[in-house]
Amino acid sequence: MAATEASPTQRIVTSRDELNQIASRYRKKSKHSFGSVTRKMLFWLLIAIIVIYSLFPFYWAIVSSLTPDSLLYKTPVKFWPQAFTWDHYSQVLRDGGFLRALLNSTIVSTVTVLLALFFGTVGAYALGRLHFRGRTIILYLILSMTMFPAVAIIGSLFIFVRQLHLYNTLIALIITYLSFSLPFTVWVLTNFFKAMPDELEQAAMVDGATPLRALWQILLPMAVPGLVTTGLLAFIAAWSEFLYALTFTIPGGNNTTVQVAIANFSGRTQFEQPFALKMAAAVVVTIPLLVGVLLVQRRIVSGLTAGAIKG
Amino acid sequence: MALQPEAQPLVTSQAAVSATKSKGRWAGPDSAIGRQQERLGWMLVVPSVLIVLLVAVYPLIRTFYLSFTNERLGSVRPTRWVGWDNYTRLFDDSLFRHSMINTIEFTVISVAIETVLGMVVALVIHSEFKGRGMVRTAILVPWAVPTVVSALLWQWMFNDFFGVINSILIRLHLMSASHPKSWTADPSTALGAVVAVDVWKTIPFMALLLLAGLQVIPSDVYEAARVDGASKWYQFWTITLPLVRPALLVALIFRTLDAFRIFDLIYVMMKYSPATMSIAVYTQQQIGNQRIGFGSAPAVIIFLCVGFLAFIYTRLIKVEEV
Amino acid sequence: MRQHGYVPNAVNELMREVAEGRLSRRDLLRRGAALGLSASLMGTMLDVQGAGAQGTPSPAGAQPVGYSIVVPKGLRTDLKGKQVTFVGSSEGPGVPFEEAALKKFMDATGIQVKRISGAESTTDRLRFYLQIFSSQASDIDACMIDVIWPGVMEPHAVDLADVLKAENADFFKRIVENNTSGGMLIGVPWYTDAGILYYRTDLLQKYGFSNPPTTWDELETQAKKIIAGEKASDPTFTGFVWQGAAYEGLTCDGLEWQYSNGGGTIVDQDAKVTVDNDQAIAAFDRAKGWVNTISPQGVTAYQEEDARGVWQGGKSAFMRNWPYAYSLGQAKDSLILNKFDVTGLPKGSGEGASSAACLGGWQLMVSKYSKSQDAAKELVKYLASPELQKAYAIERSLLPTISTVYNDADVIAANPYYKKLLPIFQGGAVARPSTACKDLYPDVSTAYFTALNQIITGQAGDTKSAVKDLASKIQDILQDL
Repeated sequence: MAATEASPTQRIVTSRDELNQIASRYRKKSKHSFGSVTRKMLFWLLIAIIVIYSLFPFYWAIVSSLTPDSLLYKTPVKFWPQAFTWDHYSQVLRDGGFLRALLNSTIVSTVTVLLALFFGTVGAYALGRLHFRGRTIILYLILSMTMFPAVAIIGSLFIFVRQLHLYNTLIALIITYLSFSLPFTVWVLTNFFKAMPDELEQAAMVDGATPLRALWQILLPMAVPGLVTTGLLAFIAAWSEFLYALTFTIPGGNNTTVQVAIANFSGRTQFEQPFALKMAAAVVVTIPLLVGVLLVQRRIVSGLTAGAIKG
Repeated sequence: MALQPEAQPLVTSQAAVSATKSKGRWAGPDSAIGRQQERLGWMLVVPSVLIVLLVAVYPLIRTFYLSFTNERLGSVRPTRWVGWDNYTRLFDDSLFRHSMINTIEFTVISVAIETVLGMVVALVIHSEFKGRGMVRTAILVPWAVPTVVSALLWQWMFNDFFGVINSILIRLHLMSASHPKSWTADPSTALGAVVAVDVWKTIPFMALLLLAGLQVIPSDVYEAARVDGASKWYQFWTITLPLVRPALLVALIFRTLDAFRIFDLIYVMMKYSPATMSIAVYTQQQIGNQRIGFGSAPAVIIFLCVGFLAFIYTRLIKVEEV
Repeated sequence: MRQHGYVPNAVNELMREVAEGRLSRRDLLRRGAALGLSASLMGTMLDVQGAGAQGTPSPAGAQPVGYSIVVPKGLRTDLKGKQVTFVGSSEGPGVPFEEAALKKFMDATGIQVKRISGAESTTDRLRFYLQIFSSQASDIDACMIDVIWPGVMEPHAVDLADVLKAENADFFKRIVENNTSGGMLIGVPWYTDAGILYYRTDLLQKYGFSNPPTTWDELETQAKKIIAGEKASDPTFTGFVWQGAAYEGLTCDGLEWQYSNGGGTIVDQDAKVTVDNDQAIAAFDRAKGWVNTISPQGVTAYQEEDARGVWQGGKSAFMRNWPYAYSLGQAKDSLILNKFDVTGLPKGSGEGASSAACLGGWQLMVSKYSKSQDAAKELVKYLASPELQKAYAIERSLLPTISTVYNDADVIAANPYYKKLLPIFQGGAVARPSTACKDLYPDVSTAYFTALNQIITGQAGDTKSAVKDLASKIQDILQDL
């Protein structure tokens, strides 16, 4: 599927074999003139299905968030909103607690990602390009840390957070978020550095640069796509995190995150769930991520190319 | 590549250059350069290692320890060592056995579907066509939607009376309006519903990793195959698949390990429904009931299972590299 | 305009007209009196009218939040300057009212109250409390606790018997009993909840039933007939919706089936397992038979809001739910406005069968680790007082735990259906066995709702042996007691 159809050559045909091949190519082509149209249509159909499957649920979230509460429970279900209301959005955006949570999430996710990238880069550089005793053990230790369920350590982490008097602070979230974002960044970036050709720093070091300078001047600029991708992935993970935020901050307090805030939107009474309101909040929370993904879409792909393959 | 550390032992900077190259040309721990590099290496990894030890290893060890006690949050009962008691109770519990089966089923089915569909999507977005950038962006959307939100959203879409999915099926006359199917309540389809959401959410991830793999396959390989008159299908099996295999394995590791720990999706969509309960949901339920000690036991089980899976996969990759 | 929702309908409607200036002073007095509003309440409403006339923006057109709060007499003023942290209701429309109530308390006593919103999910809230209490921290002084938590909270609570005595009010006995654990009153009853039956008056009439069902058999008969008739015009129509998902709500529904059929209460007061009996088994089998007949298949995954969605979409003849669905069903744009009513849940046919309503609701407790227990107790005394319960009933439609408040004219004017609820609460209220099971109750309930969900979804094989397994499992759990 990858390559485009090669055009008939204008070179001089050098052998009988080649002649046959060209002939067969033409035979094939004429035989497929009808088939290739169908194939093209099937291909576009496939693209259509993929795009609809990917986008429809998010479209549905938007539709639900714009539907007045009274029309939500009505059949037959309409695929286009019959009546618009911005109520849910204005309610969400006027909610001081929610805006505060939005700010908290931004701070926590950004700081977490920056720290993870900083420690992750120097760590990964050492693990990927330097040789020292215990390197393999550390690599496996860090890998194994990406493996356990968060539920498993939540109790112990809570005690730890309290002992440090960090309960209900953003710092507690940043520290605990590092427990999943740091191993992840180290792991991906190590592979990324490993994949870079050896000759890169050599030139620099021949000129008398120290390894750290080589990292700073040569490797790092080259690693930018990888850093951006890894950073975005880590950001998404931190932004979407729920359980730690719920546990280490007071759910209705000033230091909680958006995911917890959405889950804690309540109706008039204990049981009422303002569904459309939650969807509006969900859309508000997801859009920054979508913008982020859009901006670095190209980078994500090239970053992963370098980073992930040499597992 | 021409520089050998043994050749220029006196020029420190140049020696260091060569020493940074890891492939078997390490000068050894006792040489000056080796020691220098060793020091630098440790200096650079120490922060990461400390953080990981503090926020991951220490709590994890505690969890192992707690799984042998009867600790309860906020209880007046004294905590004591109970040996293997929690584990024997755990395997006696039919709900836990059930949750293990669910987890395995979920992992196998969802990873299999995600791999196949992820490959299809990767091949599509790898080929040249108009608007490829837009399509690539579009497929990334599900991945950016937070899990808790997507679970809520799909639960609503699956709603038996007001859900959009049943509504489409009724309109297409694939379902009778008088008996709307409840995908989440029927034990025979409940796990399938969870898989559908997980597939939606993770295909982008799978497709991207595979796309990365596809991009490094040099196009002249295909050129040659085409010249030989090989069909696209044949090309896929003989060229694409073997060459994309390392990327595929990495993607499989990430997905399998993730699927095995699945929690928020099932918890938000299905609560504690026994038909879909995973080990992580079981763990959360026990810990939510303040049974910190007992609840640590299934957590340890997940850790061990996931560790075992990771071990097998890394072995596979090693074999691959040789 | 959602803010209208905070204030119950009849008064709300009146208020809107007042604020919009569509109602003269005389009209207001006349209509207010017809609704049975007290003079003081109407006086406040007139103030609003005055304010509105002066052009003060009053976005919702309703009363200022907290207008109905009358500060009870006899609050201590010698605790001035003390600080209290109170964990109250979760983030949402209830917060402004609660803040208004606390402000009046602070003004009256000089005690400083810091309010924190609790988690919306009750399990998250419980974990939050226990995390704080188990480290013996004083971050929380007073908090609201679920009706099933007195047993869990016993080690961390202060005895509030003296507060209850000082209230000198007619609190529901069942709830006080429920809240007493280890000889202490763990929580002062604040507001309550109970399972009730919603039925469509229009449909009952249409199909010739003069009364709502009093037995489960009757409910089945009526539902079948109504479904058969309604399917013609709406193929999705169903008969009876309830909460069948595997969560605490199913424990409530299941307990009601079991108890109403003379099958006891899972575990009795002395923590003896009583669930394995023929009447309970028959009750579970009956419920299993509803699925896919008078109830939709999806009911085994329903929580409160799923059931209410179907009900409020006009697609079901009956619903088991909490009283919160009443005012939502009576909302201005509701499809079932004025087409439904509530009554006690039906009873079964076995020996000792009687109508049952599972108790819900919230209590107020004071932490043992609090550094200002006196001030915290004073806050509890204030919030649980008849005066505040009345205000909570009028402005937040919460159900009082003091029976005399139900007879209050203003309360009835705001929520006319409260009159019907009082006999249900006094008669059939049945508490989950949380106090007897102490801190092991969550495990017992988990085992119970898991088994019930497996029974009603057909995953359990035969009900008899499933219940037997359940009984031995609960037995096993309670060994730790």
